[in-house]
Amino acid sequence: METVLSTDDSVRASAMPWQRVLGAYGAEARSECLRYLRAPGFILPMLLFSTVFYLMFGVLLNHGEASRYLLASYSAFGIIGPGLFGFGVSLAIERDGGLLTLKRALPMPPGAYLLGKMVMAMIAATIVSVLLLLIGVFLAHVSLSVTQIAKLMLTGAFGVLPFCALGMFVGTLIKGQGAPGLLNLIYLPMAFLSGLWLPLTMLPQVLQKIAPIWPSYHLNQLTLAAVGLNNGALLPHVLALMGYTVIFLLLAVRQLRRVG
Amino acid sequence: MPNTTAPIARLDGVIKTYGRLTALDGADLQIRRGELLALLGPNGAGKTTAIALLLGLIRADSGKVELFGQDPQRIDARRRIGVMLQNAALPPTLRVNELLRLTASYYPSPRPLAETAELAGIGELLSRPYAKLSGGQQRSVQFALALCGRPELLFLDEPTVGMDIEIRHKLWAAIRQLIAEGCSVLLTTHYLEEAEALADRVCVMAHGRMIHEGMVEALRSRVSLKRIRCVSALDVELVRSWKHVTDVRRDNERLHVTTAEAEAVVRRLLDADAQLSELEVQRAGLAEAFTELTRDADQSSTTHQREAA
Repeated sequence: METVLSTDDSVRASAMPWQRVLGAYGAEARSECLRYLRAPGFILPMLLFSTVFYLMFGVLLNHGEASRYLLASYSAFGIIGPGLFGFGVSLAIERDGGLLTLKRALPMPPGAYLLGKMVMAMIAATIVSVLLLLIGVFLAHVSLSVTQIAKLMLTGAFGVLPFCALGMFVGTLIKGQGAPGLLNLIYLPMAFLSGLWLPLTMLPQVLQKIAPIWPSYHLNQLTLAAVGLNNGALLPHVLALMGYTVIFLLLAVRQLRRVG
Repeated sequence: MPNTTAPIARLDGVIKTYGRLTALDGADLQIRRGELLALLGPNGAGKTTAIALLLGLIRADSGKVELFGQDPQRIDARRRIGVMLQNAALPPTLRVNELLRLTASYYPSPRPLAETAELAGIGELLSRPYAKLSGGQQRSVQFALALCGRPELLFLDEPTVGMDIEIRHKLWAAIRQLIAEGCSVLLTTHYLEEAEALADRVCVMAHGRMIHEGMVEALRSRVSLKRIRCVSALDVELVRSWKHVTDVRRDNERLHVTTAEAEAVVRRLLDADAQLSELEVQRAGLAEAFTELTRDADQSSTTHQREAA
């Protein structure tokens, strides 16, 4: 009898119309974007790193086809940042400060937390793409078709996702202020080893051979294709990036279950 | 059994270990509709673990954990609760009204924003960024987030730490108003005065178990100690040497005596000092009861270990 009563009770009180559930996802994503767009110390390094590099190497020191090539590689470099840092640093800090615990106790819809951060990272990656495109087209005079521009922006918005998953995994391994250091230790060597700073052909043979193990290598192949410098098959690279996303996501979820 | 007296949240014989440490060792707890239950106990007694289980943050090794008759990890159950944890660093760049709107979005029928702000006394702070608030104001905002969803059960974990007296009393008034609306509250606090002011029932924990559960009055009356206060010139050491006197302390001209036999000690005080004035006798408060209970639990637990060894 008691069971029947409490079941009725719970149906009454917990009825949450789907519009409100959707609203909760929206509110979470909006808050996540607002809070980081208002934190210049967080957002500016992500935006400036790749744009300043591109201004130096793609506009001042190189011209023509080199600028086109560098637009692709600095796009890949710039896209990775919001994923790694947006997810990794914020998760590490929120685990430390108790915010994640509070959100798990509150009736936040499952997934809204991750989706919010994902939307934030995709927007930040798109901003990076747009800034680099503006520099490329107007300062470096790289000629791009509308399709190419759209392809590069699309690659940016979705190419950030594997790095969100990697950042999330790192954020589950470390708590608090140590995260940016660890993430840079992954970010910078990985970018170098997959040819985002210097063309791969200028690196030692053995590094060229192992480049495909880095997810950033595959992202770079896609950005190169977007600006018309890679005519090879794209599907293997897309699949590789999806694979990395799934692997890092599973590792992160497993780690979160264990350490909270 | 009528539904109104069925517990809305409960732990039933719950065991939870972290490696070799046993945080909960057969814990039982029931929270009934419309009551304020204060969960008391020294640090490490298992209060935080008990709350984490009821919030669905962790799973029990064995025993039963229920929130509105459901597993607390189900979001349906948690849509009926409000939560204020001991430490939660909220997003510093968000404004108070943005934080309230976000948290309210998780609930099926939240309170209007203005009503929440009014109840928590943060009407003035709505457009301020969270980072710009004082520690006490931040706690008030966290309290507002806890009640914004019109919860049926409110978890308040050390809510008044870092609040000044005025804000603390405002929070107490708000809690009383919520209870009057039919909301239940599970409160943990280090301030026994707070439990005494608010609680209907108290549950005292030690070593992962509930060592006492009952009405506040009943707990107080378990303690046989009385407090005698008077203005007297008698020597502290002399009074201390008397039979039945457990403690004596002087506070300017006032003498404070703690004893189990108030009548005998008062008689002797009056005999010894003809000038004695402003005599008061009081039953000891929750603080003394609590100290005595947890001391007993400590002793029995050490005997236990000795027997086991």
